[in-house]
Amino acid sequence: MSRNPFSKSKNPQLLILVIILVAIFLLFGLLTKGKIFELHSLQAIAFQLPLLGLLTLAQMSPMLTGGIDLSIVSTANLSAIIIALSMTQFNFSPFLAIILGLVLSLGLGVLKGTLVAFCSIPAMIATLGLMIFIRGVALVITKGYVIAGFPQSFLFLGDGTILGIPMPFIIFLIAAAFMSLILNRTPFGIQLYLLGSNPTATLFSGVNNKRVIFRVYLLCSFLAGVASIVMTARFNAAQAGYGESYLLLTVLACVLGGVNPSGGFGKVGGLILSMVVLQVVATGFNLLGLSSHLASALWGIILVSVILTNRLIFARET
Amino acid sequence: MIGREAYLVNKKIFQQTEFYLGIIIVALSFFLTLINPKFLTLENWFDMLRSNTFLGILALGELVVLISGGIDVSFTATATIAQYIMGLIITTYYIDNVLVAFLIPIPIGIALGAINGALVYYTKVHPVIITISTLNAFFGFLMFFSGGKWIYNFPPSFRSFSRLQVFSLVNARGVEYGFSIFILLWIILAIFTWMILKYFPVGRKIYAVGGNLEAARRAGFNIFRLQLFVYCFMGALAGLASFVNASLNQMIQPNSLVGGELDILAAAILGGASVFGGSGSAGGAFLGVLLIAIIKNGLILMRASAYWHEVIMGAIIVAAAGISAYQQKAKAKREGEILVP
Repeated sequence: MSRNPFSKSKNPQLLILVIILVAIFLLFGLLTKGKIFELHSLQAIAFQLPLLGLLTLAQMSPMLTGGIDLSIVSTANLSAIIIALSMTQFNFSPFLAIILGLVLSLGLGVLKGTLVAFCSIPAMIATLGLMIFIRGVALVITKGYVIAGFPQSFLFLGDGTILGIPMPFIIFLIAAAFMSLILNRTPFGIQLYLLGSNPTATLFSGVNNKRVIFRVYLLCSFLAGVASIVMTARFNAAQAGYGESYLLLTVLACVLGGVNPSGGFGKVGGLILSMVVLQVVATGFNLLGLSSHLASALWGIILVSVILTNRLIFARET
Repeated sequence: MIGREAYLVNKKIFQQTEFYLGIIIVALSFFLTLINPKFLTLENWFDMLRSNTFLGILALGELVVLISGGIDVSFTATATIAQYIMGLIITTYYIDNVLVAFLIPIPIGIALGAINGALVYYTKVHPVIITISTLNAFFGFLMFFSGGKWIYNFPPSFRSFSRLQVFSLVNARGVEYGFSIFILLWIILAIFTWMILKYFPVGRKIYAVGGNLEAARRAGFNIFRLQLFVYCFMGALAGLASFVNASLNQMIQPNSLVGGELDILAAAILGGASVFGGSGSAGGAFLGVLLIAIIKNGLILMRASAYWHEVIMGAIIVAAAGISAYQQKAKAKREGEILVP
């Protein structure tokens, strides 16, 4: 057992998640008579998971510092609108359009970072205000209409496959690896975890807290920009109000993946596990012909039960 | 003694928030009247207040939760469930009695609020996480069981109630307008919330819990009962607001309310409630909603695109939060505290 990576972890949540994942896979495997293990079901999971997955990765870094970013979906939408407009109105190449979208996201990240880090506005209020503001700008630009009709080379990012692996999933894996590298292998990542668990101690060990927080929101907005590429390509459209239901789900998925909402703890691996659990539930319900709303109800119940189980284990230890 | 000082300082800040909101509202009203004299007519104001009753009632509930140091984002689902069950009951049994329709959503809201309160107390996890989960669970079940079907064709008394006015006047063109019963309900609820918060022991305890939960626990307050009260209060108001919403629209759509929870949170914060708990007032929440209503109404009267409303509101929230953060920083500097970002 000492070789088991989970026995070393102080957080029992990952172990619970693995158990839930195996149980859910087996349950749906039985209920759907093995249909969930077929290639097209697994491919469906890999097509649907990345959008929420990328947004959740974006939500992860603010949550690790004990903050929250309520404006990720509106950032992604505005970036998607810029990508869409530059391809349809200005006939820019998809590559240039994507660069423009990412630059815009980074620009919004600078704005968020400045407000939260340097103006010391509580993250929840600053990003709530910005969410409404950015959504308003997106509405003023599009007047509520949908922008559609993109070149095939761009749509490949949403519906293409390489060796049978869907493109969105590849983008998600690259982003997850990038995030994991930043969190575990750079001084910034270590400072970020430190700041999340004890900001005062971090400040007194000579870390520039403000700079760390500023970069957190920059990173988060960049990942929201990456999510906007997948979103635009998958929907073949951009609009001011897409994906709004994902906003609160990203927080739910982060917590399910073991990210402590008061900051300091949480790994990319746990987050990927939680994404797979959520998506398997959704796809399984879909295969069984059950309502997707029932799946989303179950998501909420899974999180509450994981929290309650954690609480029971924690209470027994102390 | 430190607690007393902090209390006095906080009190000054509430008064400031309401004071600034009042000034902005008066200035904005003056400006809008210059552009379009129609703005400052009773007809316009009654209309504006009536269409924001739903937002106003929910903001009062969110305010109380925020003061206690909590947050609730599940109330849109609570309101939808409450109004849906009410709609089902009064249309299937054709109950032609508004009082019954009025009383159905309240216990449903309280029951769902109790689930939130109990989970928040028992798990000790940040309430935003708990209420996001219950939002998903409540709304998912509602959509599953209702199949997303709309409800309309209400009994006649329910239809005529929505047009009921406390008093009515006639404008220059001979068209009748009036002070809707819903505005009266909103004002009564605002006064009721203000009284609870200001004069009832439970209200003072809510401020204490929001200011410092551990201190309140050691002072012997029953935290479980207080948190239960706070989330049930939110639930009850969500039930009442859902009645108003169903009555004004004469239609119940299961998916029309969910998704708007953060806008109501924004209204409460604009009214001076802090996301860290311990501060906020019913008057502020009322004025916050009034400001949003005036901005929306003003844009329509100025014939500007309604889409600008969100841009302006977002900018105001960020600016207001910036000013209050700056004041806090200046205060900390004066007192020689070190603020850790």
